Amino acid sequence: MAEPAAVVEETAEAPKKPVDPTFEPEIIVFACHYCAYAAADLAGSMRLQYPSNIRMIKLPCTGKLEVIHLLRAIEAGADGVYAAGCLEGECHYLKGNLWARKRVNHVKDLLAELGIEPERVEMYNMSSAMGAKFAEVATEFTQRIKELGPNPVKREGVSPHAAAREALGGVAMPEDPQEASAAATVEEGLAE
Amino acid sequence: MITAERKPLDEILKLVGDQKKVLVAGCDTCVAICLTGGEKEAEILASELRILAEKDGRAVEVEHTAAIRQCEWEYLDMIAGKVAAADLVLSMACGIGIQSMAEKFAPKIVVPAVNTNMLGMPQEHAVWLERCGACGECVIGETAGICPVVRCSKSLMNGPCGGSHDGKCEVTTPEKEDLDCAWALIWDRLKAQGREEMMFVNRPPKNWSKSSSGGPRKMVREEAKPV
Amino acid sequence: MTATEYKAGSNLEKVLSSGRFAVTGECGPPKGADVTVIEEKAKILKGYVDAVNITDNQTAVVRVCSMASGYTAQQNGLEAIMQMTCRDRNRLAMQADILGAATLGLKNILCLTGDHMSFGNHPEAKGVHDLDSLNLIKMYKDMRDEKKFQCGEEMTVAPPLYIGCAENPFADPFELRALRLKKKIEAGADFVQTQCIFNVPKFKLWMEEVRALGLHKEIKILAGITPLKGVGGARYMQKFVPGIDVPQDIVDRMAACEKGAPSQAEGKKIAVEMIKEFTEIEGVAGVHIMAIEWEIAVPEIVEAAGLMPRPAVA
Repeated sequence: MAEPAAVVEETAEAPKKPVDPTFEPEIIVFACHYCAYAAADLAGSMRLQYPSNIRMIKLPCTGKLEVIHLLRAIEAGADGVYAAGCLEGECHYLKGNLWARKRVNHVKDLLAELGIEPERVEMYNMSSAMGAKFAEVATEFTQRIKELGPNPVKREGVSPHAAAREALGGVAMPEDPQEASAAATVEEGLAE
Repeated sequence: MITAERKPLDEILKLVGDQKKVLVAGCDTCVAICLTGGEKEAEILASELRILAEKDGRAVEVEHTAAIRQCEWEYLDMIAGKVAAADLVLSMACGIGIQSMAEKFAPKIVVPAVNTNMLGMPQEHAVWLERCGACGECVIGETAGICPVVRCSKSLMNGPCGGSHDGKCEVTTPEKEDLDCAWALIWDRLKAQGREEMMFVNRPPKNWSKSSSGGPRKMVREEAKPV
Repeated sequence: MTATEYKAGSNLEKVLSSGRFAVTGECGPPKGADVTVIEEKAKILKGYVDAVNITDNQTAVVRVCSMASGYTAQQNGLEAIMQMTCRDRNRLAMQADILGAATLGLKNILCLTGDHMSFGNHPEAKGVHDLDSLNLIKMYKDMRDEKKFQCGEEMTVAPPLYIGCAENPFADPFELRALRLKKKIEAGADFVQTQCIFNVPKFKLWMEEVRALGLHKEIKILAGITPLKGVGGARYMQKFVPGIDVPQDIVDRMAACEKGAPSQAEGKKIAVEMIKEFTEIEGVAGVHIMAIEWEIAVPEIVEAAGLMPRPAVA
């Protein structure tokens, strides 16, 4: 009986890749404007802390998100990508978030096929009232990506956020002014 | 329509080999409708190949394009420029399109990224069922509009065999879950049509020389040839 | 009936023509170039059956071919019924093989579609299915009676054949099963062996339909029997073998017995009871005992069913 217990213990204590404290991942969030995008605003007004690693792209619905959009972000060097849609059953367009989940799962399969950790992409659901949940997801996912380390596909001088926006074409909604200016500041910071 | 499935990535990579400039060419007809090889899927595959090259530190340029129909010369002209610039074309069209491309742009290397699998019907969104074997001598006029050549696992002309159970075929592998017995379907429909007697006709051996067994087929319509 | 009136003059044909209750057995050839297996099986069955089926890559698993094994059986004094499936041969090979079989003295042929390749050990094989079993029956009949190949061309010497087919009274749609036998008779079948029967009431129902169509007067019907060795086999067939109908009471009877000798005895007892019941059914001309890898049980069953001695027909 002692043997299985030992195995369990060993698994639990399996050494993780050492986390590089200087690694600041770039994370792209495809956020539905009915829920996650609003939840981010709420988190802001609640003065909740969440990592500045996330860069949001506002969508009318996560159902507009396609496989290629997620892939483009990874290809451009995003360390992690997630979609944040409405709670299941509460999509403004009925099933957009369910489609998004399927597509995210498909991208996970594609990444696995390419030898890239499927955990780099994810699907989350939340309502506009869940500011805390938004901050929690951002924090957790950022931590997950820090543990995974950088995307093996890194391109100098390429902005994953810009690449993802470009791939989305007219689908991405304009950012709110304050978000846009915040983004500009971050981008400038990165450039320096 | 003609349906196809994408090949596993490993196989695609082997076919691409160490070519430096790759063009992924989709086709916006049948394979686009079956969500396998249209422009969208070509773009995804191209992105995948670039990600992989970048990850592995290989200098490979991967572009994508799509022809409206890869199986017609005129539409191939429209992508000739991109093909000329590539070392290798990874075609996502059906077997016909891939070969048209290989012939039109010979000796350019054209390799398939998909396996063409059937003449299928979309039974529901994202589900296709085989409906025709292009056998060259259609018998469905005698079989209530249901093809025994491809819908019966044993291509029986006089079914059902002893493996028909509750309307299902005995060949029910996980990939062929819940396969209907074609002859049970034929019987049900003949009954509904009041044509039961058609079930009791001894159908003679099929003439397979009209099918691919007779060698590659050629069709000429003299009256339609350009003057 | 004089010898010249026989279609093939095989022992099986003579027994059935004489109106005596026939008994056929079944032997599966081995998975290797080993002649002794059929020799041994032939020794066990000789004298207890009128002819023995030699299976043709049964369940789509490669074995010694039915022609060579049939020849071996006959060399060892046991008449063969060579099985032939449409799965593995096209019409050229089917005709060539039957001519070859005839030159080796094989006279009984059983025409089958064959189990699908996906069930066997070469699931990647291309299934031939050039003809179906009805086409095959008709082709052999025309070879025998018209001296013609399937293409219509004449042959030099026609093969003397006693042509059999199989039918499964337990497959669906049930309403088609007797009618399908009729089609096989029209194609030229002389005898039919049924799928193994466990559900006797359903078999009787099928026989009623067969008699209503008068088919029992046009074809010799041999009822299929598989003696059960244990409850495991019964349950397996009940759940997993398509086209076999094993009623719960049979499973229960087997389950009530201890493994080994007691359950084997019960299996044989059930077989004997069934045979006795079949001899009483109008239109049943014999039994076909398929003791799968259990040939040793056959002599005992035949004896206990009161079917010994087997007739010696001139």
